[in-house]
Amino acid sequence: MKDTKSTLGVALAVMVWFIGIGVFVLGARRYLPPVASEHGKGIDVMLFYLLVTTGTLIVIGHLVLGYFVFRFSRAARVSPTLPGATAQRFWSIAPAILMTVLAEGGVLVLGIPVFGQLYTEDPPADAVVVEVTGEQFTWNVRYPGADGEFGRTDPALITDTNALGVDESDPAAADDIHELALIYVPVNRPVKVRLRSKDVLHSFYLPHHRIKQDAVPGMTIELWFVPTREGEFEIACTELCGFGHYQMRGFLRVVSDEEFERWLGEKREAGRR
Amino acid sequence: MTQVATAETPVHEKQSFLSRYVFSTDHKVIGIQYYLTGGLMGVLGALLAGLIRLQLTWPTTQWNLLAKIFPTGMEGGFMKPEFYLALVTMHGTIMIFFFVSLALVSGFGNYLIPLQVGARDMAFPFLNMLSYWTIVPAILIAAASFFVEGGAAGSGWTAYPPLSAVPSAAPGSGLGQTLWLLAVALFIVSFTMGSLNYVTTVVNLRAKGMSMMRLPLTVWSLLIASIIALLAFPALTAAAIMLLFDRHLGTSFYLPAGLFIAGKVLPNTGGSPLLWQHLFWFLGHPEVYVLILPALGITFDVLVPFARRPAFGYRVTVYCLVAIAFLSMVVWGHHMFVSGMNPLVGEFFSIGTLLITIPSTIIGVNMIASLWGGKLRLTSAALFAIGTISFFGVGGMGGLFLGNAAADIQLHDTAFVVGHFHFMIGGVTMLAIFSGSYYWFPKMFGRKLSELLGKLHFWMTIVPFYGIFATMHFYGLAGAPRRYYNLSQYAFLEGVRWMPIVITVFAFTLLAGQLLFLVNLVRSLWAGEKAEANPWEATTLEWSAPSPPPHGNWGENEPVVHRGAYEYGNPDAKEDFVPQTVPALKVPAHS
Repeated sequence: MKDTKSTLGVALAVMVWFIGIGVFVLGARRYLPPVASEHGKGIDVMLFYLLVTTGTLIVIGHLVLGYFVFRFSRAARVSPTLPGATAQRFWSIAPAILMTVLAEGGVLVLGIPVFGQLYTEDPPADAVVVEVTGEQFTWNVRYPGADGEFGRTDPALITDTNALGVDESDPAAADDIHELALIYVPVNRPVKVRLRSKDVLHSFYLPHHRIKQDAVPGMTIELWFVPTREGEFEIACTELCGFGHYQMRGFLRVVSDEEFERWLGEKREAGRR
Repeated sequence: MTQVATAETPVHEKQSFLSRYVFSTDHKVIGIQYYLTGGLMGVLGALLAGLIRLQLTWPTTQWNLLAKIFPTGMEGGFMKPEFYLALVTMHGTIMIFFFVSLALVSGFGNYLIPLQVGARDMAFPFLNMLSYWTIVPAILIAAASFFVEGGAAGSGWTAYPPLSAVPSAAPGSGLGQTLWLLAVALFIVSFTMGSLNYVTTVVNLRAKGMSMMRLPLTVWSLLIASIIALLAFPALTAAAIMLLFDRHLGTSFYLPAGLFIAGKVLPNTGGSPLLWQHLFWFLGHPEVYVLILPALGITFDVLVPFARRPAFGYRVTVYCLVAIAFLSMVVWGHHMFVSGMNPLVGEFFSIGTLLITIPSTIIGVNMIASLWGGKLRLTSAALFAIGTISFFGVGGMGGLFLGNAAADIQLHDTAFVVGHFHFMIGGVTMLAIFSGSYYWFPKMFGRKLSELLGKLHFWMTIVPFYGIFATMHFYGLAGAPRRYYNLSQYAFLEGVRWMPIVITVFAFTLLAGQLLFLVNLVRSLWAGEKAEANPWEATTLEWSAPSPPPHGNWGENEPVVHRGAYEYGNPDAKEDFVPQTVPALKVPAHS
């Protein structure tokens, strides 16, 4: 009688423990920075799917492991029958099927569409184009201006006041708009980022927009996304770039269309003067 | 019945102290040398981790005592960012190359392979000695790099160029980086000698009757790990030499045209930083399995004698180890999903990576199923082996997130990655080192480790470890980037500021818990309970030799093997186990 009671007690404690863990895992989604881009929702679905499936497997696995330890440390003797070939085959094939469906299924059904959209589809024609160039330890931001073309750059022309080495003799350079560690974009319009680096590797990370892309010197990498919420969001660097790595903070300011046009106008005005 | 095999007749000449304990060619002495050297480096790596935690939790606190120990890195009691990065780099380098590789693969590998396959020594004892004495300068060079101008390397254990290639790019990219590259190259030279020895010994020196399918899983896992190491490691040697050329001879393997660093345009043209990443991870990913597979093998070998049942699915486990080894060679690109590599290639790597979950899950299931029907003896060694299963499960599931290219966009280079790999190459391997220590210590030194201290040590390890690295997963989910000297200015982390504090509290608990092991180790060497040849009533060959085994392991007559590695719970046997050396006739037939 007493034994049954204590066993029930242990079982209850274990249940409460694992329900607690389950709630924690399911609730882990709330730690994600609130999503602010269109494709970001797809990435969140991917993450949530993984949290639920792997969380369930971890809990079930540990329940089984815990039960085995509990039961067989109290066993009076070793079971005389050895595991048969059928049992061994079953317990190889079952996990194989489970993981194929769960892991590969997740990638093929939920992962590839998001990844594909982000990386292989061309951005819509109305995208706002912005060039982001990483350097130790800040982000240089440049817009092509009214002509839609960036002025030529040459590292040999870099000076204290010309951080990108823009060739002023190039007519396309005249109307380029420059900013430092601040990107203005209109809400709900695609943003196409041309990512470059002057010196070492950096990584352009927008935690709220589920965007992360290394900036590689010698390469120009393009990516695009659609910001869906207005506000000021942080940019961080996620590739070790030297002692100031942690200081490469920037901002993405997502504003209304009108506000964006007003800001563009101001910038053009300032450039003409 | 194993009288002949355990006769203590020395077959070697008397040796001087130097040739017996220092420049020894005896695989057991070399194994213990590796084990202790690795352990020492583990202590050093753990102390560096402690400093990292101090900085991350109290970034603006003044530590006057530390200023005395590190006059330049902690000038005035405040940690410099470049010193922090050197700590991060050296913690990773030391733990992976000089702790886990040495203590687990080289330590247990050297000690156990000849004993478990029934050989008197390694195939090439001199090469074995050479491999140990190549690792010693590698360690000295790595340690010396802390004291050169600019400090130790600060570009992470991954040493991505251009940061690591251009001395003016960072303080740690000076002489410290050169020494780092030399140390890693020497490590690979040493490890290659060891791997060659392992493969040759397992293939050629097995005792009579020891067929491949009778090998203990530790030997299988070490054999497979050595083959991966031989195939994958040379890539990094080549990469390291090219990086040294870029740094000192003006070549441009990794440096593209137009680099503007420290106010100057560099003359290099035509290189690519991505080349290093491919070569590095071509080593780096298999390296993970070089460490994980032996940990899994050891876990089986420790688990089975305490469950008193044969390993569940021995043959399938061997196939799965081979499958993981093969897949590990073709998935390096999952470290590079956001590197600028072609995204289509990324998806190929994603699908390949997740294939690894299949054999891994089967191995996990086999481990758990090995407990079924047994009569568990919950010794310290068994507890650590059970803990390894738990870590392998949790760590492996984290891999599903990171191997998935879409999910990796958010999680890449965040604390999630740090939590994940600490569960795998930190936790699984560390617990395997501990379970192996409690299990084989009687064989190595003829005395048992204290069970009371061992069990305390287990709980003081597993609870804080979960506290640290499970929390780190969630910290990464919240977006916290890794390798940051200070995260306080980032507003998006406002809601999770409590996490690094929790992590640090658990981290220091974990460090304190390891003192129990050190005390246990030292105390038991002199005062531990004396162990007979086979204290755990185990079946594999090493338990047929005396504890500790003499030079040459078995006296005049080598053991002959008559059965598989794990014959436990045999109802026909007088005891519940039948050692591998017992001939078929000695087991009473079915009544």
